[in-house]
Amino acid sequence: METYYDPKDLKKFGKITEFQKELGEKYFEYYGAVFKDGALTKREKALIALAVAHAVQCPYCIDAYTEDSMEQGCDEEQMMEAVHVAAAIRGGASLVHGVQMMNKYKDLSM
Amino acid sequence: MSEVKSHISLKAQGNNFSEPDYQLELLHNAGLTPFRENLERSGLQSFATTGLDVFQVNVGKMCNQVCKHCHVDAGPDRKEIMTKETMLQVLNAISKSTCKTVDLTGGAPEMNPDFRWFVESLSILGCKIMVRSNLTILLANPKYHDLPEFFAKHKVEVISSLPYYSAGKTDAQRGEGVFGKSIEALKMLNEVGYGQENSGLTINLVYNPSGAFLPPDQNALERDFKDRLSRQYGIVFNNLFAITNLPISRYLSYLVASDNYNAYMEKLVNAFNPVAASNAMCRSMISVSWDGFLYDCDFNQMLDLKIASAKQHISDFDPTEFSGRNIIVSQHCYGCTAGAGSSCGGTTA
Repeated sequence: METYYDPKDLKKFGKITEFQKELGEKYFEYYGAVFKDGALTKREKALIALAVAHAVQCPYCIDAYTEDSMEQGCDEEQMMEAVHVAAAIRGGASLVHGVQMMNKYKDLSM
Repeated sequence: MSEVKSHISLKAQGNNFSEPDYQLELLHNAGLTPFRENLERSGLQSFATTGLDVFQVNVGKMCNQVCKHCHVDAGPDRKEIMTKETMLQVLNAISKSTCKTVDLTGGAPEMNPDFRWFVESLSILGCKIMVRSNLTILLANPKYHDLPEFFAKHKVEVISSLPYYSAGKTDAQRGEGVFGKSIEALKMLNEVGYGQENSGLTINLVYNPSGAFLPPDQNALERDFKDRLSRQYGIVFNNLFAITNLPISRYLSYLVASDNYNAYMEKLVNAFNPVAASNAMCRSMISVSWDGFLYDCDFNQMLDLKIASAKQHISDFDPTEFSGRNIIVSQHCYGCTAGAGSSCGGTTA
């Protein structure tokens, strides 16, 4: 079945340099540097990436960072907590606008 | 493919994955770069032993557990057990060799009826003894309850699998209730001094992935394990070895059944690390099977790939004959050379 997302396309990610070599290579160099051990461990970065993958709803990133989180020694509980962090921030981002709605409501009300 | 039953060995089920030829054929027909070719590209045209540091002796395939990833296909129904006669041949070989480090594995080595006699004999020879204990055996029967004291008496280094510091992942791989019993056994070992500072008694844990993925960084994981086991259970241990699952026997069967085989093999091949290959454990060990035959490692033993020598039995052991011998390699060897490398002592690169 043809779909917009094909899991096989994840392996072709590196080929984006085919259409724009310089920027693509710069991106991958930067990407590699970001995920190295630094002030944050690789494991912490994998969990952040997993949470962000869910927030931006990127199926490729979800596959990639589920596997990466497992290879960094995370278990299912830790990974689901990371997803809840994403959900809490996304939900909060909607709900906090409720204050704006309340302000406007009050402005327009007697 | 026939349904895999979790409580009996593949061999007892008559499953194809218990057959070395079937496994080797599957591995060879996966369309991957031959392992030998990758060695050659890395300047390791001659892949031979560099010395002999360890006699790894598999004293039998009998085990009280039936772990899903077990490369030995061990279990309660396996009756292959090393006899005292073969043990005497091993002792004779060790006495002729300068190598005095012995790594006892199985199955559950403690289930061999002559296990204690063998350890005592090795101890008299002045050997450094390692035992790969599955932990739960210490609680399996009252006759095993004093094993921690026995190990301590002979300064045995205990090496035990614990795939995670929580029950879910551990039990998924090693069987229901294994985590809880492993924690109890670790407490018993700690109580007699294992893992305690300045006790001279070493307990090392082994992590291996509970699924179709590669192990994490060994040092980072060791920190997590130490922190969690100490905080939650008051358990201490010395080192954590992160080991990659090799695509043979039950783990190979799992990979195929779960449709992870091609991706996992591709991952291993892409992660080939020449440094890990150069430091592979097979370059400085010899593996002895329950019936006394010789192999370059325990994995080759399970695939029945005997050493490249006219003398393939421990009764023929001659130290000069065995140094510099060519190592038998095949596609499963990618498991020891991926990423940071993998050996019975953890990472190699």
